[in-house]
Amino acid sequence: MTSPTQYQLTQLQLLEAESIHIIREVVAQMEKPALLFSGGKDSIVLLHLAMKAFYPARVPFPIVHVDTGHNFPEVLEYRDSIVEKHGLQLVVGSVQEAIDRGEVREEPNGSRNRIQTPVLLDTIEKNGFDACMGGARRDEEKARAKERVFSFRDEFGQWDPKNQRPELWNLYNGRVHPGESIRVFPLSNWTELDIWQYIAEYDVEIPSIYYAHDRDVFERNGMLFAANEFCRPKEGEVVETRKVRYRTVGDATLTAAVASDADTVELVIEEVAATRVTERGATRGDDRVSEAAMEDRKKQGYF
Amino acid sequence: MDMLRFATAGSVDDGKSTLIGRLLYDSKSIFEDQLESVEATSKGRGDEYTDLSLLTDGLRAEREQGITIDVAYRYFATPKRKFIIADTPGHAQYTRNMVTGASTADLAIVLVDARKGVLEQSRRHATIASLLRVPHIVLAVNKMDLVDWSQEVFESIREEFFAFASKLNITDMTAIPLSALAGDNVVNRSENMPWYEGTSLLHHLENVYIASDRNLQDVRFPVQYVIRPQQNARRDYRGYAGQVASGVIKVGDEVLVLPSGLSSKVVGIDTADGPLDEAFPPMSVTLRLADELDISRGDVICRKGNHPDISQDIEAMVCWMDDAPLRVGQKLSVLHTTRSARAVIRKVTYELNVNTLHRDELTNELGLNAVGRISLRTTTPLVADEYSRNRTTGAFVLIDESTNRTVGAGTVIGST
Repeated sequence: MTSPTQYQLTQLQLLEAESIHIIREVVAQMEKPALLFSGGKDSIVLLHLAMKAFYPARVPFPIVHVDTGHNFPEVLEYRDSIVEKHGLQLVVGSVQEAIDRGEVREEPNGSRNRIQTPVLLDTIEKNGFDACMGGARRDEEKARAKERVFSFRDEFGQWDPKNQRPELWNLYNGRVHPGESIRVFPLSNWTELDIWQYIAEYDVEIPSIYYAHDRDVFERNGMLFAANEFCRPKEGEVVETRKVRYRTVGDATLTAAVASDADTVELVIEEVAATRVTERGATRGDDRVSEAAMEDRKKQGYF
Repeated sequence: MDMLRFATAGSVDDGKSTLIGRLLYDSKSIFEDQLESVEATSKGRGDEYTDLSLLTDGLRAEREQGITIDVAYRYFATPKRKFIIADTPGHAQYTRNMVTGASTADLAIVLVDARKGVLEQSRRHATIASLLRVPHIVLAVNKMDLVDWSQEVFESIREEFFAFASKLNITDMTAIPLSALAGDNVVNRSENMPWYEGTSLLHHLENVYIASDRNLQDVRFPVQYVIRPQQNARRDYRGYAGQVASGVIKVGDEVLVLPSGLSSKVVGIDTADGPLDEAFPPMSVTLRLADELDISRGDVICRKGNHPDISQDIEAMVCWMDDAPLRVGQKLSVLHTTRSARAVIRKVTYELNVNTLHRDELTNELGLNAVGRISLRTTTPLVADEYSRNRTTGAFVLIDESTNRTVGAGTVIGST
């Protein structure tokens, strides 16, 4: 007789087992899957899990980076080194090239946030991907709290929140007609703290900007933005060198830093455990537009 | 730290959102910017107090209509456990959402308003939890402040509920009197009810023993994917990737592969973090066998002498989830473990009234949100256990072949 207490997994092991199961389902069920990789910590953990899921074989799908052209150099370096190290296939959807071709136009304030979506949809269509995995988590935002792990998108890439497929047990329905696709979120049940604890537990390498460092920043709408080629202070905004780190990594014009002394993963975990503001609320100009900003962007095809 | 998944069902009036709001708030899982946004929206609508349901009602339509239409997943953690809440609406028209939330739950909270007592919907929630074999049920008798913290009120509700539940398959039931609004017995024990000798709700959630809920006896390993590295150094590598559904698999075990019936021996349990001597549910691992067999996705690896049934004729309870009713003669796809098959509905034996447990045997179809017993025949055999014995190998979903929508959820009662 076996004693149940000796066969217990920690919450990180349970989450990992669930995510690996989901990633394997994608590859087993779908014709041409891909993994959306932003260089942020969530997509890095997702890629790490994908490599584990198929060990000792290589990851059997490409990673897709929608490149807004507004990148943190540390993140691009990270992307290229991980591609090289693990022999991954990289597909880049370039927002800059789409602008140059006249397919999309920047918003008057220079933001490329909205035009990421058509570039993403275009990249999916051109490559014929029928499933795209992303690192989004349900704890990030309340529209995401209701999204399925296998989230159906119609031939326009749209999400219909009121007409989602029921999803029960660990049975995922990946069936699509040609032109339709599935977005898959293997990290649905992870929280920000789980991600950090996992990074610490498994020594996952992440870009240096996630740890506290000195940076020239200015304050805008209560958030700290880096002063660089993409983002210049307006009149009255004072640039000063402060110790900061990033909680999320996205478009460099939109993503703000937080004041922090946490320069090791342990200190970051302490900080995340004590923080009282969500990571998107603290650092993402794009989600502050309205109560339903995320829902609206998701309906249009944002991942 | 381990993890507990629990489901709540109910409407705004039951105080469900207040209860969840309080669990999140008191465990510091609500963030300031979320609270500010909810306060601003509430104020903007002219509410008298902050409507915590806005925290969980994530979709625009839900906020505009003040209703919950879907399953929302919420997360919080205490130093003891991580919790995943599947928060579902409680009305009859959302039975399918409750079934969805209960499918993965270790525990279900049935919320009752102390002033109203056990209602139709309390019975429905208990029935669904029992059909989905949620191992632990908590009867939360809320709004005790409005009945003067009365022990008699609480006990009469508990007795009535337990009497109903005794007709169901529920293994563990606990009743807790509380006031979600005032916080009594939610996180801390109430001083207003000295007659209550049990623990607070959170204490119960943190300590309820779930390790023995898993089936560690019957080895079941549905093969998900075959790993063949196609690299020179590993030319002969052939691994069967999957998630252990139940049982403890050890290196050296003699195993049987179903439905083929071929046998072999486990020679390796691989993970990216190194090989293991044994694997147990719900680990995702890769098995290597001694013999080169023709094994593919959908096959089940088990132990000799303890194997599931292999059958094309399945008896099951289903919850129907589509607008167009399930009919005898209808053809559907079945997704069961990692196997897909086509199936035809042979018979609708009865529809179960989830409020009264009455069986209507005169029906030939099941409408949206109906629960009933059916017989179906599949094109290829399913390797299945009874759901009461195995929540993984006894569960399936039905898919409409023309729309690709998931239209039904089923639990295996038996096969012939």
